[in-house]
Amino acid sequence: MSEETLCNRQPIQTEESLKRLLKDSGGAQYYKEMKSLDVDQELLWSTIQKTCKSRIRTWLEICAHCGMCAESCFLYLINDRDPTQVPAYKIQSTLGEIIKRKGKVDNEFMHMAMRTAWAKCTCCNRCGLYCPNGIDMGVMMSYLRGLLYAQGFVPWELKIGAGMHRVYNAQMDVTNEDFVETCEWMAEEYEEDYVGLHFPVDKENADILYTINAREVKHYPEDLAEAAILFHIAGEDWTITSKGWEQTSLAMFAGDWEACKIQVESVYDAMERLNPKRMIGTECGHAHRATVVEGPYWAGRENGLAPVKCMHYVEWVAEALREGKLVIDPEKRIKEPVTLQDSCNYVRNHGLKQITREIMSYMVEPEYFIDMSPNEEHNYCCGGGGGFNGIGLYRKERNQALITKRDQILKTGAKLVIAPCHNCWDAIRDLEEEYKIGIRWSFLKPLLIKMVKIPEHMQPKD
Amino acid sequence: MQDILTGPMLWLSLSVFVFGMLARMILYIHGLDWKLDRVAYRAHPKAGMKGAARSIIYWLLPFATTSWRKQPVMTVVFFVFHLGAILVPLFLLAHNMILKEMFFLASPITLNMCVADFLSWGVILSGIVLILRRISLPEVRILTTTNDYFILFLALAPFVTGLFARYQVGDYQFWYTMHILFGELFLLLAPFTKLSHIALFFMSRAQLGMDFGIKRGGMKQGGSMAW
Repeated sequence: MSEETLCNRQPIQTEESLKRLLKDSGGAQYYKEMKSLDVDQELLWSTIQKTCKSRIRTWLEICAHCGMCAESCFLYLINDRDPTQVPAYKIQSTLGEIIKRKGKVDNEFMHMAMRTAWAKCTCCNRCGLYCPNGIDMGVMMSYLRGLLYAQGFVPWELKIGAGMHRVYNAQMDVTNEDFVETCEWMAEEYEEDYVGLHFPVDKENADILYTINAREVKHYPEDLAEAAILFHIAGEDWTITSKGWEQTSLAMFAGDWEACKIQVESVYDAMERLNPKRMIGTECGHAHRATVVEGPYWAGRENGLAPVKCMHYVEWVAEALREGKLVIDPEKRIKEPVTLQDSCNYVRNHGLKQITREIMSYMVEPEYFIDMSPNEEHNYCCGGGGGFNGIGLYRKERNQALITKRDQILKTGAKLVIAPCHNCWDAIRDLEEEYKIGIRWSFLKPLLIKMVKIPEHMQPKD
Repeated sequence: MQDILTGPMLWLSLSVFVFGMLARMILYIHGLDWKLDRVAYRAHPKAGMKGAARSIIYWLLPFATTSWRKQPVMTVVFFVFHLGAILVPLFLLAHNMILKEMFFLASPITLNMCVADFLSWGVILSGIVLILRRISLPEVRILTTTNDYFILFLALAPFVTGLFARYQVGDYQFWYTMHILFGELFLLLAPFTKLSHIALFFMSRAQLGMDFGIKRGGMKQGGSMAW
């Protein structure tokens, strides 16, 4: 296979190749080429021998074929209990099969595996909570994605996304200059209403280093402004960094482990350079999972921790409300039925189930908060996780998946859904667009901005 | 034939079982890798042990996890099956008399005859339900292979033959001999089949428990996994 092609085993490493792939609208040529992409069976098997050990091998071997994982999977439930959606089946028929055949699989098989890994699983890890043997099929599916990526069988948008991280250290073509300038612009836009508003840049030894989602720079700059406003109201000693400011990782969804390492190291470098007391990320689930939970391992950190203490944005909000750094005007608390989305990546997969509910207790008049069912670590994926939201080829399957969350929301009777996660926010926006159930959805920041008391010195003098 | 089965074959099958299971456990632990698994096993021993313990204990108790509660019939069948399948071989009076004679080592507590019968019938009945489950439920059928039926056969054969002998139905000698044969077959094959879950269940559960205990929330206030 010539390397002049769009679809091959080489990761995107240059701006030029990124632009070439982007020009192929929707990946039409890319997917056409994929139909004749060879499988490097030797590479596949040698990778497995080097990286697939006790944990995954035992999982695949001791699976009792009991089927208890079926009911745990929202994709199984929403697809009319299609047996081919049983998590154990999904992983045994792909990864299990590759191992049984010692890597001797063909192009058609890899197409099936790609579809399974990215259209039939969001790596939400819920199945891992329901298996008596403690088999986490979501973890295995992520491992499978890594094998597929290395072979070039990865959805177009994620090949691009991984390439973005390699070229820009961000999930989209947002440069360091773009980021800092956008922050400066936001400070200008909002400093009239919030006196003294500014973004400290590259301040050393601050209390807080704030990292973001590159989408905020390109598409939601008001989110940056809101973050700054809230830090100022709370009187925090904080800073942004001009380099290593991106917390997200489409590379993680793509299975490009090398790019994952490059990405998190850019953030850890910033931590080491600026020496903050802690790093707080924006309202994003997978960004937290990538940079705080999994990242230390990609970076080879043996204690499994980042260079500084890291907190998800919800942990900071809860702390600020608890300690009175942010004070909500009781008149402005939410007085309409509202529910809360549990983002898989920091609730099920990082235990922050009670933190978000603590925040609700401050923000919402008691009788108006209605929890989803199931909730906390047993809640379902929004339907768009693991990159599902962004893959055009699987849009139909993603829209079907949204029905689970739609029905959960409908059952609560809520008019507003609070979703402190970019992917969940997108998924809920899309489910409203698709199914028109008449809900609104929001991050925490815009709600808090409207509710918190502004200190005197920040109020405009007129 | 019986001399061989109750003599050298018994020694062999028990040795293969014990050392085989031990080997599986050692090999499992040897193959864990903090970097590949992305779990800092050694760095946070307390959190790891707490996570491992919770992961095992909650799952050993019927209805103690959400998963067990969501599938009450399966849970009952599962526990009735395993209770009998574990307690009867280990604590049956007749087995312990043989163990005392051969190895001078036996359990001081043995099962009352009624209890042993009850448990054994429980294994048979729940075993039948497990087979029916595999045949009738689509989500189980798609996963089921011939090997799954073989494993069920391996586990049930000692009980079927044992009950035939215990109730002295038909040719006692025949059923007694078959019982020993199938019992030893179970022991010999266990480390090399899915029956290795006898040991690997604990390994796998401990591993996942450490994962959640160390990396995925266990070290956060109120973040322990509510299985």
